[in-house]
Amino acid sequence: MSILINRNTRVVVQGITGREGQFHTQQMLEYGTQVVAGVTPGKGGQWVLGVPVFDTVREAVEATGANCSVIFVPARFAPDAILEAADAGIPLIICISEGIPVQDIIRVRAYLDRQGVRLIGPNGPGLITPGESKVGIIPGHIARRGPVGIVSRSGTLTYEVIAALSQRGIGQSTCVGIGGDPVPGTNFVEVLAMFEEDSQTELVVLIGEIGGTEEERAAEFIATHMSKPVIAFVAGRTAPPGKRMGHAGAIIEGGTGSAAEKIAKLESVGIPVARHPEEIPEIVAARLGIRS
Amino acid sequence: MKLHEFQSKQLFARYGIPISKGKVASSPEEARAVAKELGKPVVVKAQVLVGGRGKAGGIRLARTPEEAEQIAEQILSMTLRGLPVRRVLVDEAVEIQAELYLGLVIDRARRRVVAMASSAGGVDIEEVARTAPEKIVRVVIEPELGLREYQARTLAAGIGLDRALWTSFTQIALALYRCFEENDATLSEINPLAVVPGPALLALDGKMIIDDNALFRHPDLAAIRDEDEETLAEREARKYGISYVKLDGSIGCMVNGAGLAMATMDIIQLYGGRPANFLDIGGGASAERVAAAMRLILSDPNVKAVLINIFGGITRCDEVARGILAAFDIVRPRVPVVVRLVGTNEEEGRAILQGAHGVALHTVTTLVEAAQQAVRLASDASHPE
Repeated sequence: MSILINRNTRVVVQGITGREGQFHTQQMLEYGTQVVAGVTPGKGGQWVLGVPVFDTVREAVEATGANCSVIFVPARFAPDAILEAADAGIPLIICISEGIPVQDIIRVRAYLDRQGVRLIGPNGPGLITPGESKVGIIPGHIARRGPVGIVSRSGTLTYEVIAALSQRGIGQSTCVGIGGDPVPGTNFVEVLAMFEEDSQTELVVLIGEIGGTEEERAAEFIATHMSKPVIAFVAGRTAPPGKRMGHAGAIIEGGTGSAAEKIAKLESVGIPVARHPEEIPEIVAARLGIRS
Repeated sequence: MKLHEFQSKQLFARYGIPISKGKVASSPEEARAVAKELGKPVVVKAQVLVGGRGKAGGIRLARTPEEAEQIAEQILSMTLRGLPVRRVLVDEAVEIQAELYLGLVIDRARRRVVAMASSAGGVDIEEVARTAPEKIVRVVIEPELGLREYQARTLAAGIGLDRALWTSFTQIALALYRCFEENDATLSEINPLAVVPGPALLALDGKMIIDDNALFRHPDLAAIRDEDEETLAEREARKYGISYVKLDGSIGCMVNGAGLAMATMDIIQLYGGRPANFLDIGGGASAERVAAAMRLILSDPNVKAVLINIFGGITRCDEVARGILAAFDIVRPRVPVVVRLVGTNEEEGRAILQGAHGVALHTVTTLVEAAQQAVRLASDASHPE
């Protein structure tokens, strides 16, 4: 088992004819993801890498039975792309686009809640279930199948951890990048709850960073609702307050969001927090009883 | 993007929020003229994008136009937390009977805009949240409905406001919400919202932060951005699509990805050094980008060593290595450089870096080694034998 995506996931790529969309469609196809359709308004009827292109998501869904969308359109068109996918009945939407205004995401997310649609991202790398499917931009070859679930607000830092675990011989069930925006479509707690229910996942690595209180809420959830061990890392111990560190959501403001507070909260409920990323595989190996 | 007090209040006024009478001045003479025009005692207020202006002496009362001129001269020569004061707001002084707080913020956990009010205005709301949280009243706003009148009344009643002022308070709160929503703010606050004789309500100070991601649809606001908000290097970085934040250490960092960039800064500190900057080079790591990033890092005279940490996922390490070497031909580093390339084709990447000439280049494989090496090189440079 895995969470959110598996080999049966049928993906429609919104923005498939763009440079990013086309490049990552190829990467996904090579990995074995079932990319069944693409959408670019005005380019319906074309084919990209053997994938049929439609003008609307609704047509794509009717023709191909797509049940998951991945969005590569520029930020100013992304809220609309998300709503279009939701309206066409897609239950799982992964938005890679960076730079969506936060009030737009609040409005979009309120609509998705009523429709029962899940959004992962925006401003994230997407997700991968090793050996089955990847939806988004996580490099496929660094991941391997195994018992560790990963949930992260970051991109390359997550790849780093995936690669280090794989190299240590420890595989992953599913890796989920929830994105670096202040208001993510899906938060840590929601993904942790899915990993708790997943039969393949034995342990979860949570990769947080400065800004907001996601990690604190995750700590409370783990303490009260999880039986599986969780290992954490929080980036930004050296980040100064009031400065945005790359991600829209990575900012210490209004006296909240420092790494020190997050680490203290996680440790207070018994969650080991790695001091740097290279410590993670060792802590995980020890917890899983794997000897070198 | 932050707005100045005078910009925020001008915007508030457009939505019908009563603000104190006054004008902005960029010279002592102008300040005197404004004070004379107002014909009353005035408050001279530094317009600079940092908090704590009052405590730093940036807000002072002047009884006459002459006094306003003198005070403006003093304030205009001040630097508050590193930022020069270029303008002052000269506002009519008013008799304050009480100071309230009214603000709108994004509540990340709730995924909603939240309106907050407090009877303890005039001080930092975060301070109130710490010391007297019971004095803050909140209502959560549904995005499709906006702030409703009953919610604004709930705030007024919650802070024990005189009933005679409820209508006026409600109008101000609704106007502030429209201003927040239509301008894509992530924060709007009136602090203090003063109760003045009448009684009436008056916005004496205002603050707005606009969502940078939404500036594309607010060209009017983008045009009034105060360049002092960012350093020259930060502005320059933005042009190249690089995120850069200057810090005060000695090890320059060049990393792909924001999370990894923070983790790299953190490990430098863990091993006894101090990062000179945060820098996320973004995707690709082409020669032009690496060169631009190197130029930014080296523009900081405190930099004694540079640590390049790149995870090659889809962009392979051999491509990144070629980009780094080509960049060295454009911008030759004057300090030692530690490079850690990991991911796809990392061995080929390292082999290519062996071909670097005229640069003190150290290739390492682990993050720990990278940090230790950079810390050692930076400290050797600071304490030559």
